[in-house]
Amino acid sequence: MFGKGASSSKSMEIIGSEKKFSVLIVDDDPIIRKIHGALVSKFTTEIQEVKNGKEAVDLCRSGASFDIIFIDKKMPIMNGLEATKELRAMGVNSTIVGVTSCDLSSERNDFIAAGQNQCYEKPLTIEKIKSLLSELNKNN
Amino acid sequence: MDVVVQLQRQLADHTASLFHEGFLNDQFNQLQQLQDESNPDFVVEVVSLFFEDSERLLNELAKALEQQAVDYKKVDAHVHQLKGSSSSIGAQRVQGVCIPFRNFCEEQNIEGCLKCLQQVKHEYSLVKNKLETLFKLEQQLIAAGGSFPTL
Repeated sequence: MFGKGASSSKSMEIIGSEKKFSVLIVDDDPIIRKIHGALVSKFTTEIQEVKNGKEAVDLCRSGASFDIIFIDKKMPIMNGLEATKELRAMGVNSTIVGVTSCDLSSERNDFIAAGQNQCYEKPLTIEKIKSLLSELNKNN
Repeated sequence: MDVVVQLQRQLADHTASLFHEGFLNDQFNQLQQLQDESNPDFVVEVVSLFFEDSERLLNELAKALEQQAVDYKKVDAHVHQLKGSSSSIGAQRVQGVCIPFRNFCEEQNIEGCLKCLQQVKHEYSLVKNKLETLFKLEQQLIAAGGSFPTL
């Protein structure tokens, strides 16, 4: 179910322990940022949001690190696939989760090939996040 | 009848009709579940963002479809956004019109696109009115000292 890299990601050591895990939400749509922010806040308080792939890359380049990055596919300036490739090339080992309103069945391979660990159709739900966390714990 | 009980009944009936008539789907329930003491106005805030975004997109769509040479790629991008934001709040009838709308864009069918624009405007204005009524009933109920009924 998970793409390559999931087992080595930083989140493996953290999720399920007492320590809070950190999340970055990358989406150009303010409605999605708000909903996903509220959803993730049910699980952790360490949440940051940015509006496109370039902002995510810049943030990580400046030294920020995250256990999980939820990233949209279609965004202006830098899309989710380009940003994922760039982040992996920089050595970012966060669990990267693609979130898209496109048809997942035809696009899952693109997401995984770009270096993402998992992908979901928009919008995220509490159940999807629970299932992600449980998969991450299982792979730990 | 006690005002609170009456308002609770009205609110329950109105909410049930929104789901029964297909204006909203389970995604709206998901939003309601995210509203809590730390985020008391969450649903109204998200829906307000949806109203702003939809009105901007509907204006852009009307402008784009008025052009002599219609840029269907641009029209499709706007419809894709509208489909995404309506799906995010569970406005499934708006979301539903976006599907044939995108097909007409792909076929570069101007009549089909114009027809879908009218339909999506109509569905948007219906769901907007219904949601505004819902929020008004909730406010009245709180003002009367009541709490939301459990569906």
